[in-house]
Amino acid sequence: MTDVITPTTTGDGAHGPSVVGVARHEHEEHGPTGLLKWVTSTDHKVIGMSYMITSLVLFYFAGIMALVLRIQLATPSSSLVSFAQYNELFTMHGSLMLYLFAGPFAFGGLANYIVPLQVGAPDMAFPRLNALSYWLYLSGSITMMMGFLVAGGAAEFGWVAYAPLSNATNSPGVGPDIWIMALVLTGFSAIFTGVNLVATIFYLRAPGMTMFRMPIFTWNMLVTAILILIAFPVLTGALVMLFCDRHFGTHIFSVQGGGSPNLWQNLFWFFGHPEVYILALPYFGIATEIFPVFSRKPVFGYKGMVFATLSIAALSTGVWAHHMFTTGVVLLPFFSLLSLLIAVPTGIKFFNWIGTLWRGQLQFSAAMLFSIGFLFAFLMGGVTGVMLASPPIDFFTHDTYFVVAHFHQVLFGTAVFAGFAGLYYWYPKFFGRMLRENLGKWHFWLMFIGFWVTFMPQYIVGLLGMPRRVAIYPSYLGWQSYNIISTVGAFIIAASFAVLLWNLWISWRQPVPCGDNPWDAHTLEWFTTSPPPHHNYSHLPPIRSERPTWDYHHPDSPAIAHGEGRPPRGDKVLVSS
Amino acid sequence: MRNESLILLGVAIFFGIVGVVYWFTSYEDGGTTMLVGTCLLGLLPGSYYLFWHRRMGFRPEDRDDATIEEGAGEVETFPSSSIWPFVLGMGAFMLVLAFAFGMWFFFPAVGLIVTALVGGTAESRRGGHV
Repeated sequence: MTDVITPTTTGDGAHGPSVVGVARHEHEEHGPTGLLKWVTSTDHKVIGMSYMITSLVLFYFAGIMALVLRIQLATPSSSLVSFAQYNELFTMHGSLMLYLFAGPFAFGGLANYIVPLQVGAPDMAFPRLNALSYWLYLSGSITMMMGFLVAGGAAEFGWVAYAPLSNATNSPGVGPDIWIMALVLTGFSAIFTGVNLVATIFYLRAPGMTMFRMPIFTWNMLVTAILILIAFPVLTGALVMLFCDRHFGTHIFSVQGGGSPNLWQNLFWFFGHPEVYILALPYFGIATEIFPVFSRKPVFGYKGMVFATLSIAALSTGVWAHHMFTTGVVLLPFFSLLSLLIAVPTGIKFFNWIGTLWRGQLQFSAAMLFSIGFLFAFLMGGVTGVMLASPPIDFFTHDTYFVVAHFHQVLFGTAVFAGFAGLYYWYPKFFGRMLRENLGKWHFWLMFIGFWVTFMPQYIVGLLGMPRRVAIYPSYLGWQSYNIISTVGAFIIAASFAVLLWNLWISWRQPVPCGDNPWDAHTLEWFTTSPPPHHNYSHLPPIRSERPTWDYHHPDSPAIAHGEGRPPRGDKVLVSS
Repeated sequence: MRNESLILLGVAIFFGIVGVVYWFTSYEDGGTTMLVGTCLLGLLPGSYYLFWHRRMGFRPEDRDDATIEEGAGEVETFPSSSIWPFVLGMGAFMLVLAFAFGMWFFFPAVGLIVTALVGGTAESRRGGHV
C-alpha cells in the first residue's frame, strides 16, 4: 500500500496552524501486523527506534568487554583472559563502539527519527532505502558478533586493522574476514543513510523552513551526512582491497609484491579522521538543541554555529595523516597546521554554547546535566587533542595510554554524554511519557564521576610510558596504582548504566504521561503529538524563525530570528511565563 | 536551492585548494587522489543543484516569507510498508557470508537479491504493497 501525501489548505497561515498534509492511509489497518509489520515498516520513526535499540544493545555488549579489559589490567600479570582473547576483546570493543554504536545511534537512530520531524517532512526522502540501511546495519552487526563464534576467534588487529598485521599470514582464519564483511555491510548502510539525510534536508523541508532556519541538529546531521559520503566509500574500497590481498593474491598492502602497507594507513585514516567527526558532530547538534531549551533563550550565534560546523567538517577531511606522524613518511607541517586549525571553529562552538547559557534561566534537568557534562568532557579530550596535533608531543605519546585517554574522553564526551542527553531530551517525543528525572540525575552523577576516575589516570600512566594494547605489564614500573584507579572508575560508569537500565524499565512499566511538549521546546518536532502520528504532521505552524514551535506557543514573544532584531539587554521578554 | 548548491560547491573549492597545496608540498599521490576525488564529489551535485536553482528559482522552502499553503500539492509518494528492503538486506547478508564461509551461500544470496530487485521495481510500478 502506498500513502500519497495530498496537502489540503485551510487556515490563513499567519494566525493559526494550516493543514499541510492529510495522508491517505485508509489501508493502514489492513496492513501486516506483529513481527511482519516491523519487518516491512518503512516509517522513519520505526526504523530510527530499531536503530537506537540495536545500537544500545551493542553499546552494552561493548561496555561489558571494556570491563573485562579493565579487570585484566588491574593487576600487572593477570591471567583472566589469554593474550589472544585480550586482543579480540579490545578489537571488538573498539569496533562495536565506533562502527556500530556511536555512529549508527546518531545518524541511524536519532537523526532518522528527528530530522524529518525538525524540517516538517512526512518521512525520509527514500523510505525503502532507509529500511534497507537498517537491515544492512543489523546484518552487519550480527556478522561482527559472529566473529566470537568461529574457529580462531574474532579479529585481533585492533579497530584500525593496520597492514601488514591484517594480512592472511599474520591474521589467519575466518574471524578477520567476518570483521571485513561486517564493515562492508555497515559501510553501505551508512552511505545509504547519508544519501537519505541529504535528500530529505534538501528536498522535503516545509515552506518557510529555509536553510538558515533549520535547527542546529539538522544542520549538523546534514554536514555529517556529507562527511559520510566523503569518508565511507574510501573505507569500503580499502576493505575490498584488504580482502583481495588476503584471498586473491593481490599485493596492494604488502611490500613483497610491490605494494605499500602505508597505503592502508592513508586510506584508513582518510576515512578514520572524518569518522571521528561523523561521531562528534551529531552530538554537538544534540547539545546545541538542549542548551537553548533549558536556558529559555534562543541559541547564541546561530550562523557562527553553522559555519563552525562546516569548517570543522572541511578541516577534518584534510588531517588524516596526523594519526601517522610516527610513520616518518607524512608531511608533518601540513597535517599539524590543519589539525591545530580545527581548534578555532571548535572554540567558536564552545564560545557559543557558553553564550547560550549566559544569563539564561537554567533548568538543570537530566538532559541539561548531561549536556553540561559533555562540555567538560569534550573540552578535556579536545585540549589533549591539540597537544597531540603537535608532532614533537605525538612522537613521545604515540600509541601510549595518553592517546587512549584522549580519544576516550573525546568520544565518551560526545557519544555518551551528549548521546544520553539526547535520549533524556527526546524520550518524551518518542513515547509521550517521561524518563524518571531523579534516576537520570543519578545516572549522570555516577557517570560523570566514573568518567574522570577512569580516564584521568590513563593520561598519567601514558606519560609514564605504558603502551596501549598490552595485556600485561611489568610490576616494577609503578603503573599498577593508576590502572587500579582506572578500573574502579570503569565500574562506577558500569553502575551508572545499570541505573539507566532500571530507569528505562521503571519508566516503561509505570509510565508518567507527559504532554506533547513537556520541555516547552523550540523546534518543529515538538509541535506535533508525542509520539508523532503516521506521516508526522496534520498541521504545521507558520515558520518565521528557527523556533517555530516557541513562536506559536508564545505569540507575545517576538521572533528573535537572527537578523530580525534582538531584545534590549536584560529584557525579560524571552522568559517563559 | 542556492544555499544547498553553495555548500557542496564550497566543498569542491576547499578540497580543490587543499589538493593543489598538498600536491605541491608533498608530491604524495595517494592523498592527492583522495582530495581531488572529494573535490569532484562536491562539484558534481553542487553544479547539479545550481543548474536546477537557475531553472526553478527559489522554492517555498527557500523563501523567508513563504506560507505553509504554498507547499500545497502532492509532496511525494511514500510507500508505507514494503517487504523488499528486508529481502534485499538478507540477500546482501548472504552475499558477504559467501565471501567468508564459502561460495554455496552465493546461490541463495543471488536469488534473494534478484527477487527483491524485481519485487521492489514491480511495487514501484504498481504503486502498492505487494
